[in-house]
Amino acid sequence: MKDILQELESRRETARLGGGQRRIDSQHAKGKLTARERVELLLDEDSFEEFDMFVAHRCTEFGMEDDRPAGDGVITGWGTINGRMVYVFSQDFTVFGGSLSETHAQKICKIMDMAMQNGAPVIGINDSGGARIQEGVASLAGYAEVFQRNIMASGVVPQISVIMGPCAGGAVYSPAMTDFIFMVKDTSYMFVTGPDVVKTVTNEVVTAEELGGASTHTKKSSVADGAFENDVEALNEVRRLVDFLPLNNRSKAPTRPFFDDPGRLDASLDTLVPDNPNTPYDMKELIGKLGDEGDFYEIQEDFAKNILTGFIRMEGSTVGVVANQPMVLAGCLDIDSSRKAARFVRFCDAFEIPILTLVDVPGFLPGTSQEYGGVIKHGAKLLFAYGEATVPKVTVITRKAYGGAYDVMASKHLRGDFNYAWPTAEIAVMGAKGATEILYRSELGDPEKIAQRTADYEDRFANPFVAAEKGFIDEVIQPHSTRKRVCRAFASLRGKSLQNPWKKHDNIPL
Amino acid sequence: MFKKILIANRGEIACRVIKSARKMGIKTVAIYSDADRSALHVKMADEAVHIGPPPANQSYIVIDKVMAAIKGSGAEAVHPGYGFLSENSKFAQALAAEGVAFVGPPVGAIESMGDKITSKKIAQEAGVSTVPGYMGLIEDQDEAVRIAGEVGYPVMIKASAGGGGKGMRIAWNDEETREGFESSKNEAANSFGDDRIFIEKFITQPRHIEIQVLCDSHGNGIYLGERECSIQRRQQKVVEEAPSPFLDEATRKKMGEQAVALAQAVDYASAGTVEFIVDGDKNFYFLEMNTRLQVEHPVTELITGVDLVEQMIRVAAGEKLSITQDDVTLKGWAIENRLYAEDPYRGFLPSIGRLTTYRPPAEQAAGPLLDNDKWQGDAAPGPVAVRNDTGVFEGGEISMYYDPMIAKLCTWAPTRDEAIEAMRIALDSFEVEGIGHNLPFLSAVMDHPIFIAGDMTTAFIEEQYPEGFDGVSLPQGDLQRVAAAAAAMFRVAEIRRTRISGRMDHHERRVGRDWVVTAQGESFELAIDADQDGSTVKFTDGSTMRVTSDWTPGDPLATLEVDGAPLVLKVGKVPGGFRIRTRGADMAVHVRTPRAAELATLMPEKVAPDTSKMLLCPMPGLIVKVDVEIGDEVQEGQALCTVEAMKMENILRAEKKGKVSKINASAGDSLAVDEVIMEFE
Repeated sequence: MKDILQELESRRETARLGGGQRRIDSQHAKGKLTARERVELLLDEDSFEEFDMFVAHRCTEFGMEDDRPAGDGVITGWGTINGRMVYVFSQDFTVFGGSLSETHAQKICKIMDMAMQNGAPVIGINDSGGARIQEGVASLAGYAEVFQRNIMASGVVPQISVIMGPCAGGAVYSPAMTDFIFMVKDTSYMFVTGPDVVKTVTNEVVTAEELGGASTHTKKSSVADGAFENDVEALNEVRRLVDFLPLNNRSKAPTRPFFDDPGRLDASLDTLVPDNPNTPYDMKELIGKLGDEGDFYEIQEDFAKNILTGFIRMEGSTVGVVANQPMVLAGCLDIDSSRKAARFVRFCDAFEIPILTLVDVPGFLPGTSQEYGGVIKHGAKLLFAYGEATVPKVTVITRKAYGGAYDVMASKHLRGDFNYAWPTAEIAVMGAKGATEILYRSELGDPEKIAQRTADYEDRFANPFVAAEKGFIDEVIQPHSTRKRVCRAFASLRGKSLQNPWKKHDNIPL
Repeated sequence: MFKKILIANRGEIACRVIKSARKMGIKTVAIYSDADRSALHVKMADEAVHIGPPPANQSYIVIDKVMAAIKGSGAEAVHPGYGFLSENSKFAQALAAEGVAFVGPPVGAIESMGDKITSKKIAQEAGVSTVPGYMGLIEDQDEAVRIAGEVGYPVMIKASAGGGGKGMRIAWNDEETREGFESSKNEAANSFGDDRIFIEKFITQPRHIEIQVLCDSHGNGIYLGERECSIQRRQQKVVEEAPSPFLDEATRKKMGEQAVALAQAVDYASAGTVEFIVDGDKNFYFLEMNTRLQVEHPVTELITGVDLVEQMIRVAAGEKLSITQDDVTLKGWAIENRLYAEDPYRGFLPSIGRLTTYRPPAEQAAGPLLDNDKWQGDAAPGPVAVRNDTGVFEGGEISMYYDPMIAKLCTWAPTRDEAIEAMRIALDSFEVEGIGHNLPFLSAVMDHPIFIAGDMTTAFIEEQYPEGFDGVSLPQGDLQRVAAAAAAMFRVAEIRRTRISGRMDHHERRVGRDWVVTAQGESFELAIDADQDGSTVKFTDGSTMRVTSDWTPGDPLATLEVDGAPLVLKVGKVPGGFRIRTRGADMAVHVRTPRAAELATLMPEKVAPDTSKMLLCPMPGLIVKVDVEIGDEVQEGQALCTVEAMKMENILRAEKKGKVSKINASAGDSLAVDEVIMEFE
């Protein structure tokens, strides 16, 4: 009996070493942690329960039968983050470069199936050279099995991808279908085709970092939702994100003890909106001052900065925030910001996270590049996302809410539950200048008359009261009491129940 | 007594005057420019009159506009504060012509003390010690050399109309005297349109010490001790204290008596300040007299218990001084730190914008002001005094139009050491965000051994911070205290995280007791034993620290006690720890489990990119245009691009010759500070 126990220990010992000490050292030398070390940091201490530690590949081509390391290049299992269950897989670059074989894929599929069945998030740590070439089509089949599960899990349990090394070719499509992708600066990259192929086909010379590094994907392509300095920081911040997310689509967003008075008044908000309607201000200040303890977990911070998306807590529970940012492009909606916000709104709706919308939007960005790029359909995504969302929706208009963009930004007409406006709000079909130029075209030659018309328009429409008279604004509120009002609004919506009509699925303008 | 008084000023000093007037039962009138529409002094005053656009030369210092505001409001007296019209004799004359009382000295005193040469002559005649030198005008280089020889080297060559260091040269020998004379003369002609030059002895180890005088219009005059203002940056005072750690009673008496003699020689009637320069041997020499209330007057108030603004108003109303020289006692020690909206990490560049956070430390009343019932406001009494004279509020705007000083933080305590310690804690408790400010620098000065010893001269900042200020590192002992505090706080925050809903029953996370804290490149291994009242932190070297606090997770300010001594930290977020600011240090403090700490050591040090070949955006702003293209050869001084910030267009120019290799921004982009606009080969 003792021998058998020893045998288990020694097998485990071997499995834990993955590709061996030399490769572990080389992983460290690159500034990367090993697959196991990453799991250790991601999960609560001593909470990891491993599956399939001894799984080995079944390939017999190219002499592979002589090299069958235990675990086959991926570590899978479950554990807890602050006591809440998550499933995790972590690709082991020290074993065949983390390449994906049929069995490697099977291990991932196993925990994904369990995650769906048991209602817990899946966190995938990617560090893989790609398909295991020796296995050929079996490896491709493995990818597709994972893809299919990503698709089925979407909207059922949160899926988070952390890219901590290479992720290239078909491999990118698994993270692509998860809810969030995070990358590590300087040590991770993602692309469909690498620099060599790019050079051969298009003659472009580009480095892996430029083609698919963290900076590219957080700033240019918006493939990634955030980037971190190193592995330790990235895993820390993933833990922080998980604290905001529900475990599955049947459970409510988590709550935790809070130390920030929901009734806290903030007099400084009364001066947030500048006197001049064209002067920008930082909407992040408002988000920071509304949420508990100023804690804002921003998603896609470096992309389409004219809109802000992320999570805060109010009275200890998660709220998704979407806010126009007047500091960038005057906070207008355009292709990128609409796409960014639409995806975020749909995530919140899928997982029962209430949505707070802060509005200061002068309209859609005009121009050929926008129209040629299809701003009509992209803008419609955000409109669609807000309209179909059945979660509690609270909206605060701080300043401009002009034209179609007013409708889009979680207006009353899109089943907004609470639509508040600050006294500085201007809810109108357009700005005073534009409106008078159309309405009084014949008087354009007379600047004095036009100035008078503009002033008249401002007096009549540059305020929240026309909309409030019609009931499109539920209440005009003092800026300093916004936190209190919004907290109470969400509190009153905890029992909200709203169903969309049955359909197989909708047809959002993708 | 007056029924209504107008304050011809803004900011903290306007608020300060309003407080005393209110306490005396006098109604107050504020004036304000467009930029000050919602300023604090406007809110505090009983009435407010708008007087024009933001620039002071179109509002606050336009005599006609101020006169109109006075007439319109029916004010019987005007307090000018400092700066603006406070030493403008034409304004004093205009008031006199209208029969409005000027809360300041008579016109004659303002005029005679306003000119350097005249004032020095009067001082000499009044028996005031003046810097040896030649008062008359100097014709040429030969005469300059002859006079310098008489005065004795080193000498200072100065422009008569000079100020702010312009037209000033130090010479140690004849040759330098010749050169200095010519260059001073040219500079004076260019800067002031007045090339009159004089020569005086250059004082070594100079300290700036000034005497507060108070005179009435019945011939009574007293002095209220001195203020030491040696800590200055480019003639701008930063830290003041009263009394001076340098003076003895005999010198103080001599200086005080001479100051009063000078005041009486010009029939002075108000509060005024006689500035002296004092050398290492306690020889003192008259510099100039300021015929107004000084910025740093609170330190005098705190040690004498005299409300100077009240006294000024009483004197202006014709009352006799109710205090005699014998009534004046100096009790305890007061220190003032001036909070400037200037970024110490960027060469003290003025910083403007919205004060997103402005939370001064809680005021606390103590000392002679409290004893005399002259304390302004309703602060609770305590063992030491904390006073903050301010003109701003959270959510307010710091504009580019006025003085960048936003608050004067003062402490008083029975001894100098206690006053300094109170100031350290008050600075640590002062929360200011949204703009750059000098709080870290002030903290650094409060911990500087030269300041602590009281050995500073006017060259203190130049000598101690020759390369500017780039923050401080905490000494080991303080760092360990911070580590203990951070670990205890981190543990509390982690425990809160484990109380989240949705956890697996019976499989909760247990927060451990062993931690590794890293900060400033140092690691501390420790274990925490927490109980009802606090945490005991055991370090691996065997030492322990007891940490108590009512801090809760998310609170940006932590007030703790570590081994019974207070520690105040500004607490921000970094992944896996806190950003902690205290005592002028600003650092990331990581708190990790031993295993996480071990793995963290494997993480590569990231080298900050070399920015010497980049053009960085110097302020948050909008790119208006980019003037160059990739591949362009640019010359030093060539315009590269234009950034608009706060409605001002700033042209960024090449610092040296180079070739543009990359452009990261185009017109219309809004950039954050330090974002890379373009790179050079």
